[in-house]
Amino acid sequence: MLVIIPAWNEEATLAAVVEETRAALLAGNVLADILVVDDGSDDATGGVAEASGALVAHLPVNLGVGAAMRTGYRYAQRLGYAVTVQVDADGQHNPADIPALLRALAEGADIVIGARVAGDGAFVARGPRRWAMSLLSGTISRIAHTRLTDTTSGFKACGPRAIELFARSYPAEYLGDTVESLVVAARSHLVLREVGVVMRPRAGGQPSHGPARSAAFLGRAVLALGLALTRPRPELRGEPYRRYEELGA
Amino acid sequence: MNLLAQSGYPFALVVSALLLLALFWLLRTQRLREKYSVLWFAVIVGVVVLTFIPAITGWLTALAGVTTPINLVFILAFLVLLVVCIQLSIEISTLEESARTVAEEVALLRLELERRTGKPQSLPGQETDVRQPHTDESPAS
Repeated sequence: MLVIIPAWNEEATLAAVVEETRAALLAGNVLADILVVDDGSDDATGGVAEASGALVAHLPVNLGVGAAMRTGYRYAQRLGYAVTVQVDADGQHNPADIPALLRALAEGADIVIGARVAGDGAFVARGPRRWAMSLLSGTISRIAHTRLTDTTSGFKACGPRAIELFARSYPAEYLGDTVESLVVAARSHLVLREVGVVMRPRAGGQPSHGPARSAAFLGRAVLALGLALTRPRPELRGEPYRRYEELGA
Repeated sequence: MNLLAQSGYPFALVVSALLLLALFWLLRTQRLREKYSVLWFAVIVGVVVLTFIPAITGWLTALAGVTTPINLVFILAFLVLLVVCIQLSIEISTLEESARTVAEEVALLRLELERRTGKPQSLPGQETDVRQPHTDESPAS
């Protein structure tokens, strides 16, 4: 299994995240490689990643998180990894939750989302941002035939079919790395599940929560969702689709 | 002759001729790909035709229900420019996508090269045991 960590200017937190991920994998008795995708960082992220002992893919220019993730999935697919987990480099995901994601994956899902729930450093959104998030969750839940509460989480585990799909077509647009990738997956009849995880506050930097920014987020989210829903459906190669009903869950 | 002297026809012809020359020059020096020049040639030919047979504008104006012929010309000119802009945006998007793909490929190749030339091998099924993280001192067995 492969842990993919997309990193853009994360020199402050990256080493700790890699170290913690390695410790969590050890504690969970999971054999894994860790791939850091350095998204053309201006700071020492690339060097920090190399020093951490992880595999490092250096994107020569900054291409955005979508391209970084697609690089990770291409690597996984090319070398034949059956499972990937993507973890943010800012330390807001707790790698100790990875075994929980893997268990849900083993129960027959193609993608397992680590959904932010109440707890230490709980993710609380209000106003337009909250409306946007419930709109996104509601819509994607409907097309994925399962209840999803947090569709903007970047903490995800993927099985072989999701890896194959994302290696070919990981969206590069705004919110593409979270929302649109789920829409693409659901429309390709991949099975989505979510597992509650506790988010920690970011180790560095503050997320934006101003009303204007939240409103902008709502607008862009609606646009991104609308585009994702009307885009031509990507072809899924390989095994025939597993419908939700066939899971008997 | 009098008509020519007092009208904008010579001016339009000269401008068209200059544009045509410029296009040929750009194509000759390979600074413009042939596929993008087709549109501009079409525009210039259109201008030349309108210059020689201005009556066309009159017919088109009647056909489109526009009162003043010059307004129709302006509208058409705006539309042509709009289409060109959209076409260029499409080309840029395509270029960005290919640049992105190439950059990803470069990153993966560099990783592959580093893996093969120095770093410990790591493949699915033989993942690095996290209890023994990669270090420079302990080569892969």
